[in-house]
Amino acid sequence: MQRTQQPIVTGTSVLGIKFDGGVMVAADTLGSYGSLARFRDLRRVRQAGEYTLLGGSGDYMDFEAMLEYVDELLLEDTTLDAPPSYTPRELHQYLARIYYNKRSEFDPLWNQLVVGGVRDGDVFLGYVDLQGTHYEDETVATGYGSYIARPLLREAYRDDLTEAEARKVLEDAMRVLFYRDARTINRIQIGVATEAGGIDISEPFELETDWTVGIRKH
Amino acid sequence: MASMNDVVQSLKPAGGFEFDLCARNNMLKQMGLKAPKATSTGTTIVGLVYKDGVVLGADTRATGDTTVEDKNCEKIHYIAPNVYCCGAGTAADTENTTALISSQLELHRLATGRHSRVVTALTLLKRMLFRYQGHVSAALVLGGVDLNGPHLYTIYPHGSTDELPYVTMGSGSLAAMGVFEAGWKENMSEDEAVDLVAAAIRAGIFNDLGSGSNVDVTIIRGVDDVEVRRGYQILNPRPYARVRPNDLTRGTTTILSETRTPIHAGHVEYTNEDAVDMETSPVESGGPSSS
Repeated sequence: MQRTQQPIVTGTSVLGIKFDGGVMVAADTLGSYGSLARFRDLRRVRQAGEYTLLGGSGDYMDFEAMLEYVDELLLEDTTLDAPPSYTPRELHQYLARIYYNKRSEFDPLWNQLVVGGVRDGDVFLGYVDLQGTHYEDETVATGYGSYIARPLLREAYRDDLTEAEARKVLEDAMRVLFYRDARTINRIQIGVATEAGGIDISEPFELETDWTVGIRKH
Repeated sequence: MASMNDVVQSLKPAGGFEFDLCARNNMLKQMGLKAPKATSTGTTIVGLVYKDGVVLGADTRATGDTTVEDKNCEKIHYIAPNVYCCGAGTAADTENTTALISSQLELHRLATGRHSRVVTALTLLKRMLFRYQGHVSAALVLGGVDLNGPHLYTIYPHGSTDELPYVTMGSGSLAAMGVFEAGWKENMSEDEAVDLVAAAIRAGIFNDLGSGSNVDVTIIRGVDDVEVRRGYQILNPRPYARVRPNDLTRGTTTILSETRTPIHAGHVEYTNEDAVDMETSPVESGGPSSS
């Protein structure tokens, strides 16, 4: 019998921003084991179904367990010859219900998720967490990202933000998080979802950083 | 012969903080007593070194728990003509600590005949805060310009300090630091510096609930060149003006009927045989009895 636990291997912030024609989600590839940088190539930005990007922070095993729930749902679809894959908005609703119900049984999945994608012109970006809190917004962030990066995302957001501009905003924000969050590494992934291009999740890459700032020349 | 009490009395510190009750307070806290929360400045405060000087910025909200107690308080405190200090934490502590050190520095200037140095303020502040072991809840951003150039420091409630080119403190410090990390570069012009400071404070005002209202900025360009911009940006003005009572003319509310009733005070008579008329003219033999 599972009861409220504590997260073991954890991922830190996930960021999400809408742009004109799609959404973009970013996260680093670190799985922390407390203060140990244990797993340096965890994939925390994943695809769910045909149209949805899922970014996960918190316990990594719970994130993968959640992905299994989603797989089951999509499998059901296939076998029943139902309409095509769930939309991002529907998946968000589904996840919100799972997370809230499990929280109500004191058996939570210890995650904070970013859910995003585009389907039939509906550009969606939302948030779900271990307590069942869920909402949609133009910008979302989990963990330290909520405090440090979200103000930057909110300031940068415009209805006509281009994909390139959105990428720059997320990269700059991930760089700031690498500077200021002690549970990060400089190895990130960015996932993009557009109507035309579907889902594209990049291979992990490194950001340019400057640690000489503030070093006084005496 | 000295009694036990005399010995104990002589061992007590003469004035200042007494830590005697701390053990009792901690025990009460463990027992579940909820102590009242001191007025805090919630706060976003920042400092930035630019090409020639220092720019300090602050929001203007003061909170008591979740109530906004002051919508336009001043968090950038005067320390010396060329040194200013932003304060976060308990409002009373930041106010009194900065005032005390400011006073000490003024006396020091009179004694030395020189401008104050920022390190002097730093040392006085950190020595005091360390002595109080963090019980004086003041987190400060100290900035100024002296003969050695521009300086910027942070001082933590327990007494540790940092010297940095850009700093943020308070509950909104993460929001503000995000802006600084994204935008800071070396040798910024004054305009760029003020813009970045204002942007950082705005990030705190709009993303942190402990911060709000306006942006205050103080620019310290040189030992004799300081510009205080109180209310540099007023971002949350009251949208509706109250209609003052005397704007409402008689008849604004429809008068349905009118009744006039004179109030009878009646004739009140006080009788007191011992009553004596009050002495109203100046007394020749002055003052109280001098015999």
